[in-house]
Amino acid sequence: MSTFLGLPARRGLRGTSPEPALRGLRGSRPEPVHAPRGVGHLRGSEDFPAAARRALSDTQLRRNLGKATATIRAKRAAVVGELPDWEELRSAGQAIKAETMANLGGYLEQLEAAVTARGGTVHWARDAIEANNIVTRLVQAAGATEVVKVKSLATDEIGLNDALAAAGITASETDLAELIVQLGHDRPSHILVPAIHRNRAEIRDIFVAEMGDADPALTDDPVALAEAARRHLRRKFLSATVGISGANFAVAETGTLCVVESEGNGRMCVTLPRTLITVMGIEKVIPRWADLAVFLQLLPRSSTGERMNPYTSMWTGVTPGDGPQSVHLVLLDNGRTAALADPVGRAALHCIRCSACLNVCPVYERTGGHAYGSVYPGPIGAVLSPQLTGVEDNASLPYASSLCGACYQACPVKIDIPTLLVHLRARHIELQRGARRVPSAEAITMAAASWVMADPGRFAGAQAASRSGRLLGRRGTISALPPPLAAWTRARDAPVPPAQTFRQWWHSQHRDDAEPGPSSQADRDAQ
Amino acid sequence: MAVHSILSDVTRIALFATCLADTLFPDVPRATVTVLERLGHRVVFPAGQTCCGQMHVNTGYQREALPLIRRYVDTFEPYELIVAPSGSCVGSIAHQHAMVARRQGEEQLALRAEAVAARTYELSRLLVDVLGVEDVGAHYPHRVTYHPTCHSLRLLAVGDRPVRLLRRVSGIDLVPLPDAEVCCGFGGTFAVKNADTSTAMLADKMRNVLATGAEVCTAGDSSCLMHIGGGLSRLRTGVKTVHLAEILAATAGAPTAGTAAAVG
Repeated sequence: MSTFLGLPARRGLRGTSPEPALRGLRGSRPEPVHAPRGVGHLRGSEDFPAAARRALSDTQLRRNLGKATATIRAKRAAVVGELPDWEELRSAGQAIKAETMANLGGYLEQLEAAVTARGGTVHWARDAIEANNIVTRLVQAAGATEVVKVKSLATDEIGLNDALAAAGITASETDLAELIVQLGHDRPSHILVPAIHRNRAEIRDIFVAEMGDADPALTDDPVALAEAARRHLRRKFLSATVGISGANFAVAETGTLCVVESEGNGRMCVTLPRTLITVMGIEKVIPRWADLAVFLQLLPRSSTGERMNPYTSMWTGVTPGDGPQSVHLVLLDNGRTAALADPVGRAALHCIRCSACLNVCPVYERTGGHAYGSVYPGPIGAVLSPQLTGVEDNASLPYASSLCGACYQACPVKIDIPTLLVHLRARHIELQRGARRVPSAEAITMAAASWVMADPGRFAGAQAASRSGRLLGRRGTISALPPPLAAWTRARDAPVPPAQTFRQWWHSQHRDDAEPGPSSQADRDAQ
Repeated sequence: MAVHSILSDVTRIALFATCLADTLFPDVPRATVTVLERLGHRVVFPAGQTCCGQMHVNTGYQREALPLIRRYVDTFEPYELIVAPSGSCVGSIAHQHAMVARRQGEEQLALRAEAVAARTYELSRLLVDVLGVEDVGAHYPHRVTYHPTCHSLRLLAVGDRPVRLLRRVSGIDLVPLPDAEVCCGFGGTFAVKNADTSTAMLADKMRNVLATGAEVCTAGDSSCLMHIGGGLSRLRTGVKTVHLAEILAATAGAPTAGTAAAVG
């Protein structure tokens, strides 16, 4: 018997997972589970159009985002352009990810065995609640009430800081932008640049009010702000006994975990504390050490627009006498196997969290990340969040795109995000069909349009009817239409239907044009 | 191109007018006919045609799209060469028809759809790649800026073909559009479902169009032009949107209707 992950339910492997609940994951759960409600940060409090409407009127946000995304787009374009084999690298990245997803269970078991053999401990967490409990218990077992954290989307996804706080444990973010977000009691708005929505004056005020050890005379000079953060964080690094990280990659073959960062705070967190706990989404595993050669080229160029990031930390289990002596890896599902179960949707799991798709997205650039309501914003968030939570819980996100395709073009592992968006829209409509007794107005309109368009005679009739719209406008335009098209004419004029459709014009010109066609069907159609 | 060989004996080109242009912008398919006939080709309009189904697919209604896809395939299957004055509709035909059919378990239809899609060309690709022309004999004495629509650019990779065609138009003053490759914000039902975000994108597109000092903004899609033109008209900018086909159809003796009439 195997699970949906393809994992054989072998008794021996469960020994590393003391939590009885976890055995379900390795045993025989029939249905993949979605990320549970009420914990973590995958769901917003309002739908995308409403949240976006508010964000669009935030002038500071619009300016910060416009400036930051334009800068990073230019940097990325420059460093991507200098690699002659960029397209081949993208294809390689895509192929490695596809291969990994096709045998995810096998690679995870290999990873578990390798980490365990090197003195690490692997924990399996079916969802956010289990992962939070595991980490809390590990911190308590280490006797710590304070932990330092490397910037980690996975721990943000599960709301780990909140869970630790509830257990009396203080978690300190050490990435500068995450620190700004944490001190400001705020939420990250970008995968890579979590405080992209803040300007330096706001950051100065947050530091003075919340840091506790900031000089009240602190200015908003970036050098002064960085120095204040550095002094504040150094005390944390030197006193913390537990570090918590995410992982950009985990090599199944060797059991090596890898964190890629820019500030050196990650290096501090994964080397100084006695205990190191890593929370990693199960999709982050890669098969071979050599695969890093592909991803360590793709990631920094796509992400920060750098040829190489300043700090790449890798660790493999425990090295006696050097670094953390207690090393844990928490493998997080939280809806990922549900995504994996969808042969189209699973491509969203290929994401390496570079954020290139955010920076090129014309929607993200204008609304910012908070409008998406999830720790994963932008185009990738619009296809990932609904799959982790179930489409019904993030139903507006697949529609939060004009399908322009810029994200697909920028994605370092060639995730066809527009196709995934269209796929998830179809899944959403299919779910609605099953759930609603009375079809929505939109469903009725779409069904009617389909019936009309399925027949050229009916279509011509509808065209004739649309000419009643000529009564609404003068001199070629209509300035107000009834709902739902009122949303169009709030900002744009609409065309007045012409006196004659193309079809009518054609038939007025070609009445006797018997078109010799290659088949009788064509003959009939061409009349 | 492989298709080139069939031109020696079959000069007939089937026109897919697209439901939007057929109904609201009939000058666009008319201009397409004008250009192709001026180049010596015969154009036919298969009367069974309606709509490619893209709106249904992109709004999630794949089941409802299926009859429209079947209609497109049934109608155009007999023709060797098909043209549509829309990057978006051709993009949907090329990238969605077979996919949607397969999802509904219609493998046979999917195979037929793939074959018909391979013979369906966006106008600039037909002219440059298949018919091998860049100078179509047009005259258009106006200052024009070109907006590359997302689906023509990214789904169909038309590249600079429309610009090459425009450069050969006599009298034209073609000026580059800043941030040209950024979406105008139309996105089909996105323009209504996310009207605020769509409008914010439109505002930036209009700002760039106005910065060029052009009288006319052109593109290969009536839908995007309806959106951009609707904004330009609402703000009384005096800048018009005119489809690429209309510019290519214009001559000194017959200037295109789009430059005289108000923007739709």
